[in-house]
Formats: sequence, structure tokens, C-alpha cells
Amino acid sequence: MIGTGQVYALVGAMFAAVALLSARDRENPRRWGNAAFWGLVAVSFLAGGRIGGFANGLLVIALALIAGLGGLGQGAPATTSPAEREASAQRLGDRLFLPTLIVPAVSVIGSLTLKSLTLGGHALVAAKDATVVSLALGVIAALAVALPMLKAPLAAPLQEGRKLMDTVGWAALLPQALAALGTVFAAAGVGQVVGGLIGRAVPLDTPFAAVCAYTIGMALFTVVMGNAFAAFPVMTAAIGLPLIVHRFHGDPAVMGAIGMLSGFCGTLVTPMAANFNLVPVALLEIPDRWAVIRVQAPTALVLLIVNTALMYFLAFRA
Amino acid sequence: MLVLIGVAILALGFLIRANPLLVVVIAALAASLAAGHGPLQAISELGKAFNDNRLVSISWLVLPLIGLLERGGLQARARQLIVRIRLEAPGRLLLAYFVLRQIVGALGLTAVGGQTQMVRPIIAPMAEAAAERQRGGVLPEPLRMWLRAHAAAADNVAIFFSEDIFIAFGSVLLIKSFLDTQGVVLAPLQLSLWAIPTALAALAVHGARLMLLDRKLKLPPPDEEPPEATP
Repeated sequence: MIGTGQVYALVGAMFAAVALLSARDRENPRRWGNAAFWGLVAVSFLAGGRIGGFANGLLVIALALIAGLGGLGQGAPATTSPAEREASAQRLGDRLFLPTLIVPAVSVIGSLTLKSLTLGGHALVAAKDATVVSLALGVIAALAVALPMLKAPLAAPLQEGRKLMDTVGWAALLPQALAALGTVFAAAGVGQVVGGLIGRAVPLDTPFAAVCAYTIGMALFTVVMGNAFAAFPVMTAAIGLPLIVHRFHGDPAVMGAIGMLSGFCGTLVTPMAANFNLVPVALLEIPDRWAVIRVQAPTALVLLIVNTALMYFLAFRA
Repeated sequence: MLVLIGVAILALGFLIRANPLLVVVIAALAASLAAGHGPLQAISELGKAFNDNRLVSISWLVLPLIGLLERGGLQARARQLIVRIRLEAPGRLLLAYFVLRQIVGALGLTAVGGQTQMVRPIIAPMAEAAAERQRGGVLPEPLRMWLRAHAAAADNVAIFFSEDIFIAFGSVLLIKSFLDTQGVVLAPLQLSLWAIPTALAALAVHGARLMLLDRKLKLPPPDEEPPEATP
């Protein structure tokens, strides 16, 4: 049966290739740092399920140390020049967007249909893994269309992927690390403590009060952290799951999706989210550091209210 | 109460701009230790949690495809499309960019567009030029800066409230993966669908503000104060 195991093997192979190509890149003065970092990620995807918690823990600590001590550089694979890109864009026109449409199309269709495929009476794809398998199939299908269309060498996707991986750098693992942090926090009981503190400050005995505390809490916590991904596991363990889902029987999909988007309202107004709010100020040479935040604040506030209302009406719609 | 040290480390670490990956690892270990688990157990818990959440990082599987298309001129094509937009009013121009950015975001193409790629070199100058044409002369400096801030804001708002519609985006997988570990199993497609109402609300709210922007820009300013000083 095809499932996440095969997809993890594919992702692991991709990171292994990125590590190998990094090691051979003499243009990158920190090539061994990059090779070690992406190599460890490859190990995690290829063997993480077999090496046990402790070895995985050491692997995470090693990744954090390589990242924290500045061990990552930027690879520089040979690529096309801006002029060649301009010419290629003229030649291919909007066909360039076609492969990008294949990924979501295959992902959505596959998510809905793959689970009913059978081979000799057995399901070919585990129902719970249908989306993940479809995503991988979508990427493979899109590459199969794009490679001949662009007449690019077979190694091009890996080399270009490596360049983008290096551009993202350690931040590529931050969402996964924050999800892991949330799991650890939940096991340590952080959610109960935070939930208890909020519950003592405001009574949370109606669905509406719980939704307000959750959406506003997501936004405020994101303002403090500068990162909705960090706020999500904490607030969800504190209020989202115990109150909205378990006590008041709200829809967890609505809670999760709109909860995260409430956090994004906080991202729009915090200088802690420097990439979004301070970097553009510098890029555009605006003297006032707060200029972008000031423009975004009214939209953020209205959307937080909209999110709160949406969650209240949609999560308890049944 | 002691376990809150994890939250404190997280907030403090981000505040002093330490490497976030390192901060997260330290915060996780500290929370486990504060909960009375031994050091070996703390490392194992972190490792198991990291391994259980690998799903989040499969979103990077699309990078080779994006890189390949960029090599073939994807960014260049997006620029060629944008500069073809012929809109006289700066607010409408920003709204057109907002809609395009939401569409590419929902398709998982967060890298098409962005502050460095598109706003600084193309969108902000186009909006400024449109405003100058419309007012028939130079744009006062505060208004120019305000318009630039609006160009940056349009990009941020559009991408924040569209990327979650793509099922393989990091935050969708983070939500799914974290809820999985807490025993609530969902399909990523459900999460994507529930991101659509907020995306439409963002379009309505921010779109209306961008239309109002044109009205404010058309009038000669009563004084040198930027228009957002009035509510």
C-alpha cells in the first residue's frame, strides 16, 4: 500500500541529492555545513521512523547547532542568465504557468479519488494519506510536463531546488520544529497552564467566549512572538482543543484553519515579524519604520473580527 | 506554572533575534525539564515530536519544480504580465496586483511576487507613477511614502490570506500534523476549504480600502499630513 512512507522516502531522496550537490559546490565557502544540514534532514526522512526518539533528538539538536552557529552558506549552481530568462518567458508565454496548475489540480483530484482505487481487493493508497500521495504525484506530473517544455537538463530541478533550499536555509525546518515544540509543550502541560490562566482572567463558559479568547489570543500571542506558527500549538492546546472542540463540539477543521488565520492578523501588526513589516520599509526607503504596520492595522483589526465571527458561525453550524 | 519557562524562552529568544531554530529547540528541552522529565527523556521527547511532525516539511517537495520554472523565466513572465496592466488609478492598480497575488498564493506559488521580487522593483514605482499622472505633477513626500507602504501592505495581506488555500502550504500541514499528534485526524483539504471565507473577506476589506485610496489621492491634500492621520 502506498502512503506517507513512500512520500517521506521521496522527500528524503531529494534532500540527500541536495546534500550531495552541496558537498560538491566549491563556490560555497560553507559547503560542508550545507551538506551536513541537508544530509541530516535526509536521514530524518529516510530513517527517522527507525532510529528512535533519542537519536532523532540528537539529530534535531545538531540541526539547531549548525543553524545557530552560522554553519549554512548559499550554494551557487550554474543557471540561466536574466536575459535568457526574459527570452524564455517571451517564447513560452503563459504556458510557463501550466505546470504550476498541475500540482494543485492533481492534489485535489487525487485527494478525492485515490482512496477508492483498489488492487486485488486491497486499497492502493491509504485513505488518510491520499492528499500527501497526490501532492507527490502532482509534483512528479508537473516535472514531467515542465522538463521537456523547457528543454532543461535532467539535473536542473535538483540544482535549482538546491539553490532555493539554500535561500530558505534553516527557516525551511522552522514550521516542523514549531509543530514539534507544540507537541512537546502539550506533553509538558503548557496548554493547561495557559488555558487555566486565561480562564481565570475571563470566564470561558460559552462557545462564543471560547472562540473570542482563542482568536484574540492567537493574534496577541503572534504579536508577541512575531510568528503565528509558534502561537498556534500553544493556543490550540490551551483553548482550541479543550474548549472549542472537546467541550463545545466545534468543528476542528474550522477551528484550526481560522485559528491560524487569526494569528496572521497579529503578524500584520507586529515589528517582530521583521521580514514582512520592517524589511519592506527598508527596501522601499520609507523613513518611518511603522509605516507598513500602520497601513496594515485597520485591515488586520477588521479581519480579526471577521475571523471570530466566521469561526463562531462555521464551527458550530451543525 | 514552571513549564511556562518554555514560552518565556521562546518570546525572549525571538526578541533578541537569536536563531529561531535554536530557540525552539532550547524552549522544547526547557519545557520538558521543567515538567520534571529527565534530560535523556527530554531529548527523546523532542526527537519523537520532530519525527512525528515530518509531514510539515513535505511542502518543500515543490521547490525543484518552482526552481526549474524560475530557470525557464517564471518570474520574468509574471513581471511581463504585471507591466501590461494599464490602470490609471494607483489604488486600482494595487488591487489588481492584490488579486493576482491571491491567485498565485492559492496555487502554492508564494515565490511569485513578494517584496523584493515584485513590490520594490515594479509595483511601488508603477503606483507612484500612476499617482503622479493622476495629480498632474509631483507627489508630496508623505503621500509618496504612504503609497509605498500601501504597496508593501497589499503584498503582505494578499499572500497571508491566500496561501492557506493551497493544501501543501506549511501552515496547513502544521495544523494537520499538530492536531494529528493530539488525536484529531483531519484531511488537509478540509483545512484549505475553510481558509477560503477569510480570503474572500480579505479581498473585500482590503479591496475597499484600496478603492478609497484613489479618492484620497485625487484630492489635493489640505495640509502636509498624510491622509491616514484622519480616521
